[in-house]
Amino acid sequence: MKPAPFTYARPDSVAEALALLQAGGDEAKVLAGGQSFVPLLNLRMASVDAVVDLNRLAELAYIKRDNDTLCIGAMMRHRQIEVSDDVKAAQPLLARAAAEVGHLAIRNRGTIGGSLVHADPAAEWPLVAVMLDAQLVVRSHENTRTVAAREFFLGPLTTAIEPNEILCEVRFPLAPVGAVWGFQELCRRPGDFAIVAVTCQLSLDHSGTCSAAALAVGGAHATPLHIPDVETVISGSKGEDAVIAAAAEKAAAAVDPSGDVHGSADYRRRMVKVLTARALKEAWAKAA
Amino acid sequence: MDDSQFTDRQTIHVRVNGQDYENEVEVRRLLADFLRHDLGLTATHLGCEHGVCGACTIMMDGESIRSCLLFAVQADGAEILTVEGLAKGDEMHPLQQAFWDKHALQCGFCTSGFLMSAYDLLQKNPHPTQDEIRHGLSGNLCRCTGYANIIKAVQAVAEQSQS
Repeated sequence: MKPAPFTYARPDSVAEALALLQAGGDEAKVLAGGQSFVPLLNLRMASVDAVVDLNRLAELAYIKRDNDTLCIGAMMRHRQIEVSDDVKAAQPLLARAAAEVGHLAIRNRGTIGGSLVHADPAAEWPLVAVMLDAQLVVRSHENTRTVAAREFFLGPLTTAIEPNEILCEVRFPLAPVGAVWGFQELCRRPGDFAIVAVTCQLSLDHSGTCSAAALAVGGAHATPLHIPDVETVISGSKGEDAVIAAAAEKAAAAVDPSGDVHGSADYRRRMVKVLTARALKEAWAKAA
Repeated sequence: MDDSQFTDRQTIHVRVNGQDYENEVEVRRLLADFLRHDLGLTATHLGCEHGVCGACTIMMDGESIRSCLLFAVQADGAEILTVEGLAKGDEMHPLQQAFWDKHALQCGFCTSGFLMSAYDLLQKNPHPTQDEIRHGLSGNLCRCTGYANIIKAVQAVAEQSQS
């Protein structure tokens, strides 16, 4: 199928894009990498009056450090993040997550900003943004605001962004010294959306004792879900089997999955338990 | 033309397989349809038209992309390589020759997409393991071959370039 007719503009600056978006009203939409949006247009599951194409905005394509924060411009492609030495040095989990997004041709084109705003509850970027407590810088023609990723996702394909706003930057805290991470994803084929994914970051002292932790689950809830209960269980522990088992139970109890053709609700809940244990073990193994 | 205004048609300039084109297109025109219908380059195939099957994979500015997920206007100024541009005259590209030798196609519908995905894979990783080839081609669907001979063909090219 082909998209229904629309009008198109390709601004050269964010300010221009924001003005166009404002002028276009509710039926104007932002086009980033297009790897989720264009399928919706092609299938006519969505139609728009006007498209504002962000692909020529060099001012949204960068990776830079700002003190203890890694700032990624919203138009960075998954593949650019996957292979970035700066990312690997500052927060290697992000390179790992990027490599799991779609297939090579999708990663060459799709963007981190587009994935976050699309807000698929099984996608990698929303999951790691929630787990790492990323901050999202969002601009409208008259205002700039920062929204915590943990407050950004409201439901499947639904976020706190307004129709006249553009996500411009994603701000990830650098990995703390001594931090280790885990990333576990279950899918039928490489490149598919996760059936369930779990990621965590632990701060361990020299004896392997956990002083701080964050864990989040994707694909098993209406949004990626940060689960503080798990962190309570593992803080102060050295990752003993009983602690990990208890943490996995907490994670499974926290999610409210829905079933679909890829897996029933019950199956997803069980997989949350399995993958939580694996992610925690993966993280502790990195310290060894 | 002022790009900062909403329009429904635009004139674009692209270089495809070394040849320059200037065409006016409707802004909703998919790049794949532009190649096929406006330029007559029908070797790029369209299977699913929503980014799942990989049949429409081409190279744009040195990266493989899905040409069904890009509008032709977005390719304005770009350099494009389609499967028509792989061979040098009558001499097939090593990937094409390997697909021939290893019987890596049956109906051939998916082949141009596989060739372009393999082209990008080998450009980024000239000596992939079998597992890396499988991952690299995981975004392309083939309903005939069972994939085994496609993997063998790409492996053969990787080994040639090693020797």
